[in-house]
Amino acid sequence: MALLECKTLAKRYGEVAALDGIDLSLEAGKVIGLLGPNGSGKTTLIKLANGLIKPTSGQVLIEGMAPCVKTKAKVAYLPDRDFLPEYMSTAQLLDYYEDFFADFDRERALGMLADLGLDASGRLKELSRGTREKVQLILTMSRRAHAYLLDEPIAGVDPAARDYILRTIISNYSPDSLVLISTHLIADIESVLDDVVFLKQGHVVLHESAEDLRERTGKSVDSLFREVFAC
Amino acid sequence: MPWDFADGLPIWRQIAVRIKSDVAGGRLVPGEKIASVRDLAVQAGVNPNTMQRALAQLEQEGILRTERTSGRYVTEDAAVLEVLRGQLASGIIADLYCKLRAIGMDDDQIVAAVAAWKDEG
Repeated sequence: MALLECKTLAKRYGEVAALDGIDLSLEAGKVIGLLGPNGSGKTTLIKLANGLIKPTSGQVLIEGMAPCVKTKAKVAYLPDRDFLPEYMSTAQLLDYYEDFFADFDRERALGMLADLGLDASGRLKELSRGTREKVQLILTMSRRAHAYLLDEPIAGVDPAARDYILRTIISNYSPDSLVLISTHLIADIESVLDDVVFLKQGHVVLHESAEDLRERTGKSVDSLFREVFAC
Repeated sequence: MPWDFADGLPIWRQIAVRIKSDVAGGRLVPGEKIASVRDLAVQAGVNPNTMQRALAQLEQEGILRTERTSGRYVTEDAAVLEVLRGQLASGIIADLYCKLRAIGMDDDQIVAAVAAWKDEG
């Protein structure tokens, strides 16, 4: 069974179709890049999979189930913006995540905080934007989830932290879980992707293995993206 | 530091070539145990499935061998290593040859230039 499946999934905002009836089936054991320019529907798709918004028509399924409390226990979600109470310190957030999510692995989170030299006593609102993003990513990746849905996880952090995050995704790899990364910083993540999904104006225009794509076109995913989405 | 990869070539092929060069050049010694797929993937900065595919290819070519419980090792078969060196050498020579032809040298000039370079060396 697919870990994440979309069946003629559509989401309209008034006249605008953010997603225009897409079919997509994503398997466990893969790291998948959800790639597309601004406004192509990446965030809409991830929000639908998390049940934050409802489809206009069609379905999105996590292990065969529509988003609900049960699927949220299996899906680790990193939104593309700040989403945690900013008066809380990192230490408090560790407790908060532990209370909320049965699959939260505190040791893993502490290990990552130490690797990045982050002190857990600072309140979120006192941290720089990049540091806040690191804390949020660490909390998300410290769950032993079935699916990790990461919306622009590397946009706001420095290149060294980017390398660390990619290493974390690689060393965290499990044949039983799916990692979906939405981004437009393709060159930075291309070597960690199994598959790529190109979204264009609410449609899936490509869903292929990154290696097959390089073999077939003789181009990097990054340069192919620049061609498909040339302005 | 992640490994460097050229654009537009499957990464698993580039990894296989790199490991072959390491074996041929003695940076990986015959009989040496190599790191796990996951550790190598982290080192290289690539997807574990990509690393797995490269190692499977090297196994198929006899350059690595797997022992069921204990991991992967560099082959100690001298014949395989000889073939491997020949393979890599012809790739490098082909590349050099094409570049020298592209700057207008003919075959005799190329052979002479390589010999002269070696003598200067």
